[in-house]
Amino acid sequence: MIDVVDVAISVDDVLAAVEGPGEGAAVLFVGRVRDATAGSAVTHLDYECYREMALTEMAALAGEAVANHGAAAVSIVHRVGRLEIGDAAVAIAVSSAHRAEAYAASRWIIDTLKERVPIWKKEWHADGGVWASDHP
Amino acid sequence: MRVLLFASLAEVVGSRALEVDAPATVGDLITLLNSGWPALAGQSYRVAVDQTYAALDQSLSGAEEVALIPPVSGG
Repeated sequence: MIDVVDVAISVDDVLAAVEGPGEGAAVLFVGRVRDATAGSAVTHLDYECYREMALTEMAALAGEAVANHGAAAVSIVHRVGRLEIGDAAVAIAVSSAHRAEAYAASRWIIDTLKERVPIWKKEWHADGGVWASDHP
Repeated sequence: MRVLLFASLAEVVGSRALEVDAPATVGDLITLLNSGWPALAGQSYRVAVDQTYAALDQSLSGAEEVALIPPVSGG
C-alpha cells in the first residue's frame, strides 16, 4: 500500500498490508504532529505535495527497502492538508522474517522519505505560518 | 513549457505554474527562470523532469512536465 490521502490515516490498514506467512516481524512507524518546533508553540500544520511524484518516490523507497534493506513488504501512507496536534502525518509498516531487518528498513525509509519525497509542511504559530524548510 | 511550483516557491512567485519557451537543458531553464522571475533567483530548489529529479545537464527535449522542488519536509 502506497498512498497520499487527505483524510485520517488508518494505521491498522497500513500494518495489515504487510502481513505474510513468512514474516515473523512487523514494525509500524507513525509520525505525528508535535505541538512545538524548536521551542515555539505550533497550533496546526498544513501539508502539500506534488502528488504524482510523491507516489513515484514512495514506491521507489518501498522497492529499495526490499532490494537493499532486507524488507519483505512495505506500506507507506502520508496525509496532506490541514493536520491538528496529534494527528498521524505518516505511517510506515515494514515486515521481514526477523526483527533486525524490519527495524533497520523502517528507519531507512522514514529518513530517506524526509530527503526525497516531494511533500512540504507549513507550521502555523500564533503569529503566522512558516515552511519547515525555511527554518534558519 | 509548463513549470510547476510548490510550497514556498509558489508563494514567492505568487503562482503555481509558469509558462516558458522550452529551453534545451535543465541548466538553461534555471538561467531563464532567474532572469524572468527574479524572486526565484535566491531560492534553493531541485528540478524534476517527468517526476524524476534531474541533473543540470539533462536535456528537456521531449519533457512533458517540469517542476521546481524546494527542500522537502514530509514525515
